[in-house]
Amino acid sequence: MQLLGELLVRTAGLPLPGPLAGLLLLFGGLVWLGRVPRGLRDTTGYLLPHLMLLFIPPVAGVMMYFDRIGREWLPFLGACVGGALLTIAVTALVFQWALRRFGEAAQ
Amino acid sequence: MSAGLREAWAYLAGSPLLWLSVTLLTYLGALSLYRRGGSHPLLLPVLTSVIVLVAILTATGTPYEVYAHATAMFAFLIGPATVALAVPLYGQLARLRRLWMPIGIALLAGSLTAILSALGIAWLLGGSLETLLSLAPKSSTMPIAMEVARVTGGLPSFTTVAVAITGITGAMCAFGLSRLMRIEDPAVQGFAMGLGAHAIGTARAFQEGETAGAFSALAMSLNGIATAVLVPLLLALLGLF
Repeated sequence: MQLLGELLVRTAGLPLPGPLAGLLLLFGGLVWLGRVPRGLRDTTGYLLPHLMLLFIPPVAGVMMYFDRIGREWLPFLGACVGGALLTIAVTALVFQWALRRFGEAAQ
Repeated sequence: MSAGLREAWAYLAGSPLLWLSVTLLTYLGALSLYRRGGSHPLLLPVLTSVIVLVAILTATGTPYEVYAHATAMFAFLIGPATVALAVPLYGQLARLRRLWMPIGIALLAGSLTAILSALGIAWLLGGSLETLLSLAPKSSTMPIAMEVARVTGGLPSFTTVAVAITGITGAMCAFGLSRLMRIEDPAVQGFAMGLGAHAIGTARAFQEGETAGAFSALAMSLNGIATAVLVPLLLALLGLF
């Protein structure tokens, strides 16, 4: 089952234009199946809490861009930090409002 | 003795084993520091690990390309791990069906805010066109953001860094920001986190709980699609692409 779960995850992730397509495909598959196979649930249970480990190498790539960040650090950092905060605030407010406005109606 | 050490170093430096182990050990150290520090946002394992690793790479004179090549296995696993996010998402299927309307509205508002705020702030602060184009898709997951930047004429690897900083900022601040705005619902907190701070935020949201994590994963995957569609469209409208 473990192997089957891995196989499913990998074959879904690889031949498609991106992991996102794989995500949607696996999601569609689960909806069609109507349940989560045990092997798959176990695998994801180990993998997902340690997602951050996998991002360390790409994030460490920041060292290659010290020059450019040195030149354009203000617009770069401003857009990243300010943009992230603004996005999260707007999303949270709109979602909370929409939940109250349409949440009950859709139930 | 020192010749033997040098020989061992020369062998290890060229094999993936060394950098995979160093990365794993750094992560485990960062994780225990994070837990002992009461999950303080500034001790986020990605942040502390990257600081330590960049210091080690600089000190040993190892080029990033060598490190990236050695840790390609981790980079590869991001693919299956992203796919695996479908599992917690499936767990929220009932809520998802029930809430498609508010989710759709919040997705559109959030995705537009993410792209326009990135472009607007960078433009106001005098960023170059290349930087602007690299920043536009920064709230979506790394593989999608890189692809979008490549298509629209940004610098894909510069985008990766922007994606990382955005994710870390979001992961560090989102729950504090929600409390400040008196938003208690973990679904709302998670959704905002995943939309604004993609997979790094989603990893953080999972530490908060299954519901926050699932809504974060949902928002992340939906925003991945929305960003891929909206960025080229908005850039075309603004005459930048």
